[in-house]
Amino acid sequence: MENDLVTRIEGHPQYIELKAKRTRFGWWLSLAGMIAYYGFILLVAFDKPFLAQKLGNGVTTVGMPLGVAVIVFTIIITWFYVRRANREFDTLTEQIVKGVLK
Amino acid sequence: MSLDRRNARTLARILALTVLAAGAVAAYAAGADLGQTQKQATNWTAIGMFGTFVLITLGITKWAAARTKSAADFYTAGGGITGFQNGLAIAGDYMSAASFLGISGLVFASGFDGLIFSIGWLVGWPVITFLMAERLRNLGKFTFADVAGYRFAQTPTRIFAASGSLVVVAFYMIAQMVGAGQLIKLLFGMDYLYAEILVGSIMMMYVLFGGMTATTWVQIIKACMLLGGATFMALAVMLQFGFSPEAMFAKAVEVHSKKSAIMGPGALIKDPVSAISVGMALMFGTAGLPHILMRFFTVPNAKEARKSVGWATTWIGYFYILTFIIGFGAITNLIPNPAHYFVGGDVAKGLVGGGNMAAVHLAGAVGGNWFLGFISAVAFATILAVVAGLTLSGASAVSHDLYASVWRHGRVDQAQELRVSKITTVGLGIVAVVLGIAFEKENVAYMVMLAFVIAASANFPVLFMSVLWKDCTTKGAVAGGFVGLITAVTLTIGSASVWEKVMHYPAGSAWFPYDSAAIFSIPAAFLTIWLVSILDRSARAAVDRAGFPAQQVRSETGIGAETGGGH
Repeated sequence: MENDLVTRIEGHPQYIELKAKRTRFGWWLSLAGMIAYYGFILLVAFDKPFLAQKLGNGVTTVGMPLGVAVIVFTIIITWFYVRRANREFDTLTEQIVKGVLK
Repeated sequence: MSLDRRNARTLARILALTVLAAGAVAAYAAGADLGQTQKQATNWTAIGMFGTFVLITLGITKWAAARTKSAADFYTAGGGITGFQNGLAIAGDYMSAASFLGISGLVFASGFDGLIFSIGWLVGWPVITFLMAERLRNLGKFTFADVAGYRFAQTPTRIFAASGSLVVVAFYMIAQMVGAGQLIKLLFGMDYLYAEILVGSIMMMYVLFGGMTATTWVQIIKACMLLGGATFMALAVMLQFGFSPEAMFAKAVEVHSKKSAIMGPGALIKDPVSAISVGMALMFGTAGLPHILMRFFTVPNAKEARKSVGWATTWIGYFYILTFIIGFGAITNLIPNPAHYFVGGDVAKGLVGGGNMAAVHLAGAVGGNWFLGFISAVAFATILAVVAGLTLSGASAVSHDLYASVWRHGRVDQAQELRVSKITTVGLGIVAVVLGIAFEKENVAYMVMLAFVIAASANFPVLFMSVLWKDCTTKGAVAGGFVGLITAVTLTIGSASVWEKVMHYPAGSAWFPYDSAAIFSIPAAFLTIWLVSILDRSARAAVDRAGFPAQQVRSETGIGAETGGGH
């Protein structure tokens, strides 16, 4: 890519906005995913009795819904990112492409 | 072109081989643990279904062959795969026979512990979505080295990336090939040797003639069959309990020898360091597997790349919930009926065919012999499809990275590169069969885990730092990558699963006390990349750093990205 084009895109306000928004959003969601997962793993490592404790009178334990919740949460945050990127980030990208390539 | 005729002839040979192999087999029925399985009675239903799968997929290969002309077609299906299709294909690559039979078997044996593992296999995907998928698509062409080495000196980066890819592919491949041989004895009642040759030759035909297009469609079909079959089994189990998980758990606790211990974490995770280390290997290893990374180059743009991970995560997560239900279904259906499913009718002696047979026996219990055949065929088709993907990624590392970039310095035409990748495919096919036979009696349980640890410690840090950190240099990336690779392999050799179980040193003599090297080898790689890069004052380092803005613009916007078609 020519240096001139790179310089023009780098200074483009929408590019700066896209970069900042996507990076921040990506890191926050990654952090959320890691907290959910490592939180669960730390419970497994340090507090097994908590996970093995029964819910009500049945045999189902706290760990079961919690484990399934980590799986569902993982899927949800992935789509959460995809939806916002499809709407917001792609629009910004289109604006940048139109702005610099004419 | 004689391609079609050659296809047809090879197909006929394979079918003849299938029939021959099946006919030559004597019937045996006995149990063993999965490491060494015993040959079972010939299962004609399973063989017939598998034959049908092979026929259909070879038909697709023929169709794909007509579309595979350029190097881009061969490596990336010409970039013509949609996000939804690619999501299924990625899920297919990831849902190997080991995860289907292994995790349901683990749930059957110890309940909740199986869930801990499934979660670990899944959580790498969001990280790939948020930080890697779009950037990979925007920067890449055929291999992950295109991305990792975008602004770096080509020769050292490509040599590192090809080593990282080939080592991961090799370990993953051996595990799959040995698994294929053991499975075919168990499920089809055929000889180990025939399984190796069968997988090797069919897989070679997919890759050789149909390239990425065929490899992707084989994977999609297999993913649908596996998801369909697993859904049916899970529904059948839930129906028995009026769709009440509580009722299913209650029955499982009642019949299982470990009683209510199966409802909480057990012995699988022995210490906190191992728990976190295994978690890190699974989470970051996914983002460094070459056969997964190459799938991001098969879609037309960043939007489709991101949608593919969305779908892949959804299908994989759904699949793990199914395997969990299947594992509990196996507890409630098989244990009350020991005469049918257990060695000598004694639950304590284990399942006929070994612990990984839980899902297969459950298939017979809820769907009869026909369905048992179907699930057996799916399990074998799974290995075939995964091996095809691995071979293609290995072949592209050799032809695109080593031959075209390192050896010929990019001065090579498409036809030559394509010829080299096809020769490599044949070579890798033969190597896979030979390794599969050589490792028949070895304990290969650690190999998939080792592949993940290496991917997480060598490929992932280099990819991550080169794309996201502006001061990363060629020297830093290559040094850090090799440090990660060597640390991962060395520490794994010192762990109990290799030192004691493979090298047969006395119990307790392993000098690396944890289950996974990742917690040490991943930081070692990142630290080395960082340290070497900031100390790097060479002329090349200045070029590397100066190249970052252009790389970043392309990775963020896709301007200048490969279109996937002809160039």
